[in-house]
Amino acid sequence: MSPLAVILGLPLLGAAVLALLPWHRASARLNMLASLATLAAALSLFVVPVEANLFFFIDDFNIYLVVLTSFVSFTTAWFSASYIDHEVAIGRFTPAALRFYHAMYQLLMFAMLVALTANNIGLMWVAIETATLTTVLMVSLYRTRESLEAAWKYFILGSVGIALALFGTILIYFAAQPTVGEGIDALAWETLLAAAPRLDPNVLNLAFVFLLVGYGTKVGLAPLHAWLPDAHAEGPTPISAVLSGLLLNVALYAVLRFKMLLAANGAAIAPGRLLIAMGSSSLLLAGFMLYRRRDIKRFFAYSSIEHMGISAFAFGVGGPLANFAGLLHMALHSLTKSAIFFAVGHVAQAAGTQKIAEISGLTRSHPWLGWGLVLGVVAIAGLPPLGLFMSEFLLLTAVMGRDPWLAVPLVVGLGVAFGALAMRTHGIAFGEPGRETRPLTASLVPMYLHFGLVFLAGVWLPGPLVGWFQAVAALLGG
Amino acid sequence: MLSFLLQLVQLLLVLLLAPLLTGFVRTLKARLVGRRGPSPAQPYRDLWRLLRKEAVVAENASWVFRSAPSLVFALSWLAAALVPTFALDLPLLRAADLIALVAILGSARFLQALAGMDVGTSFGGIGSSREMMIASLAEPAILLVIFTISLFIHSTMLPHIAGFVLAGEVGIRVSLGLALIALIMVAIAETGRIPVDNPATHLELTMVHEAMVLEYSGRHLALIEAGQMVRLLFFVSLIAAIFAPWGIAEASTAEGVGLVGIGLALYLGKVFAGGLLLALFETGIAKMRVFRVSEFLAGALLLSLLATIFLYVSQSL
Amino acid sequence: MLRGLEFDIAHLFSSSVLILSFGLLYQRRLFGVLQIYALQALAVACAAAWQAYAQAYPQLYVTAAIALVFKAIVIPVAFHHIVLRLHIHREIETVVGVNMTLLFGVALVALSILLVLPMTTTSGNLTRENLALALSVLLLGLLMMISRRNAVSQVIGFLSLENGLILAAIGVKGMPFVVEMSVAFSVLVAFIVFGMFFFRIRERFDTLDVHYLEAFRGERH
Repeated sequence: MSPLAVILGLPLLGAAVLALLPWHRASARLNMLASLATLAAALSLFVVPVEANLFFFIDDFNIYLVVLTSFVSFTTAWFSASYIDHEVAIGRFTPAALRFYHAMYQLLMFAMLVALTANNIGLMWVAIETATLTTVLMVSLYRTRESLEAAWKYFILGSVGIALALFGTILIYFAAQPTVGEGIDALAWETLLAAAPRLDPNVLNLAFVFLLVGYGTKVGLAPLHAWLPDAHAEGPTPISAVLSGLLLNVALYAVLRFKMLLAANGAAIAPGRLLIAMGSSSLLLAGFMLYRRRDIKRFFAYSSIEHMGISAFAFGVGGPLANFAGLLHMALHSLTKSAIFFAVGHVAQAAGTQKIAEISGLTRSHPWLGWGLVLGVVAIAGLPPLGLFMSEFLLLTAVMGRDPWLAVPLVVGLGVAFGALAMRTHGIAFGEPGRETRPLTASLVPMYLHFGLVFLAGVWLPGPLVGWFQAVAALLGG
Repeated sequence: MLSFLLQLVQLLLVLLLAPLLTGFVRTLKARLVGRRGPSPAQPYRDLWRLLRKEAVVAENASWVFRSAPSLVFALSWLAAALVPTFALDLPLLRAADLIALVAILGSARFLQALAGMDVGTSFGGIGSSREMMIASLAEPAILLVIFTISLFIHSTMLPHIAGFVLAGEVGIRVSLGLALIALIMVAIAETGRIPVDNPATHLELTMVHEAMVLEYSGRHLALIEAGQMVRLLFFVSLIAAIFAPWGIAEASTAEGVGLVGIGLALYLGKVFAGGLLLALFETGIAKMRVFRVSEFLAGALLLSLLATIFLYVSQSL
Repeated sequence: MLRGLEFDIAHLFSSSVLILSFGLLYQRRLFGVLQIYALQALAVACAAAWQAYAQAYPQLYVTAAIALVFKAIVIPVAFHHIVLRLHIHREIETVVGVNMTLLFGVALVALSILLVLPMTTTSGNLTRENLALALSVLLLGLLMMISRRNAVSQVIGFLSLENGLILAAIGVKGMPFVVEMSVAFSVLVAFIVFGMFFFRIRERFDTLDVHYLEAFRGERH
């Protein structure tokens, strides 16, 4: 059996079983187990080659995202197990909602993995739509007025984005059909990429605009980011971790695939400027918005917008170095941000609130948790020696080489965001502990595991990873 | 010589037919709601009665007030006489340009509105301002309709348009369909029919045209009423000439007299069919509030704009 | 390539879809909106069936059938029930005036025509025109979602946007069936999700008006 079938089959099977299983402790374990098995199957991709077929394929680009996704999915399932114990204890979750939650979690993993491995732009679209719908349902899980509103907003904006992306997909088929011929072939990545130089550049341009706006909504790029903070803040924290860490990446992956198509066609517009514009506006907007946040989850949600902006900016600048930096940034942000959300989840449970003003002195009351959060913020702010420093430094170097003026928004954005992060974290982590804090029994292993990896990436990148990144960076073009 | 004769026939025909059409619609509407209603010939009697009455004029009325009725009537009559009804080869038809027709009707409307304000009563003012509000939306719409038609047929001359449509090279044209709907909507507004205005009301909240002519009496009123009737006939004939010109005799030679007869019969049929549709439509729908009228006409404007766009699309392919 | 009458009829159907989009923007009453939406779905079904015949591509008949049964009948009826059951006030509040909305709409149509027509010079006339019309319908759907405050009419705006997508998909020759399936599928899913939303929102609040939900923001105290 091909590892691909296992990777895709396991989450689907897991979803079906978890939908029927009534005991929440057991389902949390099973959820972890299914994710772990998926991770193992994903790791086997390194050794077992996979034949591409009409619907699925594995190449240098998606292999690392598949592994990353299944890894974060596993650690989040781990975190989720201790998180929901607490939520059940304080009565925010009913057993029925939990069953639904676990099934949806696996379904979301399935959808994201399909989107990543799809060789067919139609299939990819369906997968991303499914992922959107499952996350909408999970955001609304607490059934509070705010969570319903957040889910509604997310759903409306997400659907619009998805619809625009479908129009772009149809346009791509429209461009491909005269060259490739009718039928399913004209939707397959590999055929499209091979035929890209002969496609009508005008149609490709228009299609890319729609795809960028459509999938860009899912990435949370400004000015289409309105859903993101709400959806992050009102859903269960594991879902915030998965949204920030994985789903945004998947959407960005889709955009980048289409960028490859344009890069392979000489006559099409260079989409770089669009990406730079959207990226830098997200970066600047999120940087300034960070100062006014009062809710800790919304705070880090804005930070996700900022970092997706940085990645988009990097791909917009283009060239081997900037693309490399962008890919690295995607991966490391995913690890760091999900770990931060693990920490935030425990923090919110320990303090009994999500309001930043009411949380303080964590390093005293919960040293491991508090210092973990500080470590996360240090990482996300891009300080050495952690990995994000590497990627941001590479990006800055590349920008200086290409066009020094572009460095201005980048540096301003990073500086502004850094200030906000330092200011808010200081209040949360240091000072007198808040009036009432609860002891925490949660496992902090997943969080420190992520930080360990981020640290490792800061000091040493494994050879094969560098090789993939370089190959993909070349395909992404200038 | 024959063509001059036919022109004379047309001049008289529209004049004589107009009250009958109005009466026909009134009778039909009455029947549709279960009343017996007046005979279709009632408008003739009304006009005759009014003509014999003395015209009472306000003390402060100027010459505008006194001359407006005859001018408005003359302009309406001229417009109606210019539209090809049963024959194409008439001397006056050389002037039957759509833009000229709009200009003629516009002047009539302008005079009417001036006269409405002349005496200085509040009703006259309300009526005039409402009329102008309607006109400001209806006229762009009708100009756009004309624009669409002329883009398609490359002429604004009614005989050419009718001839083009008669030649049968049109096919199913979405843009023409839209133009037709827009033209009908404008016609409803211009002739003061339901749902834009109600010709049978004297309620100050709703009346438009009636408010404007409230000060008139006697032969002045007769002329204005007759002008209004002619105007209704004009729009019915216009729509028939552009969108259903079938049966119009193209040449009027001595041998063609039979054809002219057929054209005449068909024309009468078209007019009464139009009256029937109008009566059905008016019975089925309620009058809208005055401030919704602008939306109704904006709809007409929109449709004509869309018609233009569609035509542009299919021609630029 | 289609010629003559075939072209005209295809043109007629897709234009009707666009005109009905304007109808949706024009209509204020909720039931009126539902009726126009049903008509639009019917027009989409006709367009699909006609394309199936003209392109000799029988799979499109399935698309037509889905549009006819599901979108022209089931969805409007279901919404009708929702509206009746929830006693939603009949008049729709608009954010901007109807005339302004219509004006915007015309501008959007012009924009999409200017975008699509010059770029696709290698393909058939009908396809290009269809794409231009489909793009307009799509943008008008977006406009409707923006200009309405009421949840039901926003959803209808979204569904009419999807009509535009179907129009685009059927116009492109030989589009694989995957996409249509997925559109139909997504409509189904979307509807279920929407339905659940309505009932939950109904449980919590007395109105479907999304505007009332906007009271809370983390930052606005």
